[in-house]
Amino acid sequence: MSQGSDFLVGIYDDEDVLLKGIKGIRDGGVKIHEVYSPFPVHGIDDALGYRRSRLSIAAFLFGLLGTSLALTMQIGMMTVDWPMIIGGKDYLPLPSFIPVTFELTVLLAAFGMVGTFLVISNLKPWAKAKLFDIRVTDDKHVMAIDLSKNDLDEKAINKLLVSNGATEVNKKNFDEL
Amino acid sequence: MTPESVIRQPLVTNGKTVHDVTEDICKRVEEKPAPLWLLSLAVALGLLAVGGYTVAITLWEGIGMWGLNKTVGWAWDITNFVWWVGIGHAGTLISAILLLFRQRWRMSINRAAEAMTIFAVICALLFPILHMGRPWIGAIWALPLPNTYGSLWVNFNSPLLWDVFAITTYFSVSLVFWYIGLIPDFATIRDRATNKISKAIYGALSFGWDGAAKTWSRYETVALVLAGLATPLVLSVHTIVSFDFATSVIPGWHTTIFPPYFVAGAIFSGFAMVLTLLIITRKVFKLEDYITIQHLEMMNIVIIITGSIVGIAYITELFMAWYSGVEAEQYAFLNRATGPYWWAYWSMMTCNVISPQLFWFRKIRTNIAATFILSIIVNIGMWFERFVIIVTSLHRDFIPSSWGMFYPTLYDVGLYTFTFGLFFTLFFLFAKFFPVINMAEVKSIVKSTGEKIEK
Repeated sequence: MSQGSDFLVGIYDDEDVLLKGIKGIRDGGVKIHEVYSPFPVHGIDDALGYRRSRLSIAAFLFGLLGTSLALTMQIGMMTVDWPMIIGGKDYLPLPSFIPVTFELTVLLAAFGMVGTFLVISNLKPWAKAKLFDIRVTDDKHVMAIDLSKNDLDEKAINKLLVSNGATEVNKKNFDEL
Repeated sequence: MTPESVIRQPLVTNGKTVHDVTEDICKRVEEKPAPLWLLSLAVALGLLAVGGYTVAITLWEGIGMWGLNKTVGWAWDITNFVWWVGIGHAGTLISAILLLFRQRWRMSINRAAEAMTIFAVICALLFPILHMGRPWIGAIWALPLPNTYGSLWVNFNSPLLWDVFAITTYFSVSLVFWYIGLIPDFATIRDRATNKISKAIYGALSFGWDGAAKTWSRYETVALVLAGLATPLVLSVHTIVSFDFATSVIPGWHTTIFPPYFVAGAIFSGFAMVLTLLIITRKVFKLEDYITIQHLEMMNIVIIITGSIVGIAYITELFMAWYSGVEAEQYAFLNRATGPYWWAYWSMMTCNVISPQLFWFRKIRTNIAATFILSIIVNIGMWFERFVIIVTSLHRDFIPSSWGMFYPTLYDVGLYTFTFGLFFTLFFLFAKFFPVINMAEVKSIVKSTGEKIEK
């Protein structure tokens, strides 16, 4: 077992066949490790039973942080630390604070969300991609099934993959995942 | 299976398959640089060198080298700044607003347009920085840091400071948006790379992308939320640039119409520049199947709409000047049209209001040569618009004894040349070493909007 996991890798040419295939394979009682695609496939997250990403909530929270930081900074500088009347405006010229508050909200929301996305998806310049099939970044969809995590034996899964539209089935071993 | 709609024309022509998309785009990155590309890069580097000399002299001697005087204290520098920032609006507009509207024709043009945005904003940033005279000190004054005389802070009532925040936010968010889109395409190039160096470089650039469904699902959420954030951002940037003028007391600047008028003008000039660049790029890189006449026509339609908005804004300005009954305001506009800068005003009117109306004719808006020429005319017109707003409003000061004129020096011209050199150097490098078309997005529409009908 310390040799890592054995995977069966199904190759698909067409995204619509793939979507039907995912359904068929899951209905056949096989757990899919992950599906890899060269482009975003509509409806694949529903087919695989993934929950909607909560990154939009992260963006909202980072945005709130940006709003409060911006207001704290501006009120701290212009109202608390060195109050001055400029152009006949109040010590607390809230309308003047809106543009910078808006910009910092957007800045923190965008950077916070993208940063979270990179961290949770393990995307970093020194990360090495683990590809089940090199053609996945070109034109093939790749379905990986972890044999150790399924009750069905290799032969049965192989048959299920082929009957669900996979054009090729290969075996691949990964030391760690 | 039939294509989704028989009425709509295909966005990718000539029956391209998913694999063809990879081949066509990656080939440009992998093959040896073409002689035409090397020549173009050499010209751009030449402009950069000539302009670089004037930048060096400006930094050494100070901005007295420019043609500014006591009356006209802002001229080519701010004109060029606003012009470049305006051009930098199309990229994010295409990728953000058109994404929210689910306009799929954006997919083959968004990459190049976003690159153009980023390079244009870099060029724009140079002008206010150089106008500081001693940017190594001035750049610190623009940041919210306490100065050396006590904790006197920057003034958050000033639109110039808002601009600092707006432009830097816009630049960095656009850069992130662009980069996130590039990651899957860098992975494609990485997996095709045959030599070690490009494998290492594109490997690092692609952040270990493997195309997992989970990551794609998150990626799509990120793209959608970024589009939602970038849409008000792109509108806010030129709004704030227009505040630089609108919050002043100068007749001709002090108008409430400025924000929408500037935003429309920015989109107008941005699309014109996208057209200029893409017409060349599709020709040089043979991308006619991805950037079709239909794409050009769509952009031309945006140009008619925004050009007409700009035209209405010009006329509204004139009407408001008359209707307000403010003599100074009336004089400012009369002087624009009939004063010593009448030629600039009428160049602006001809290039921005009259010439884009030619696009009402289908024959003209689907003609590549006509589109190319008109796109350049629009950009000339938009430069004159900013020149007219800035210089003609300033040169007739409040007291006739301080009236003056502005004459650019070689250094004004040199600085503008420098930004052209910088812009085209960056764009040519991008076009050669980066995927010029968003492969992943285009692949996702090949089946539904390609010409090939699946059995």
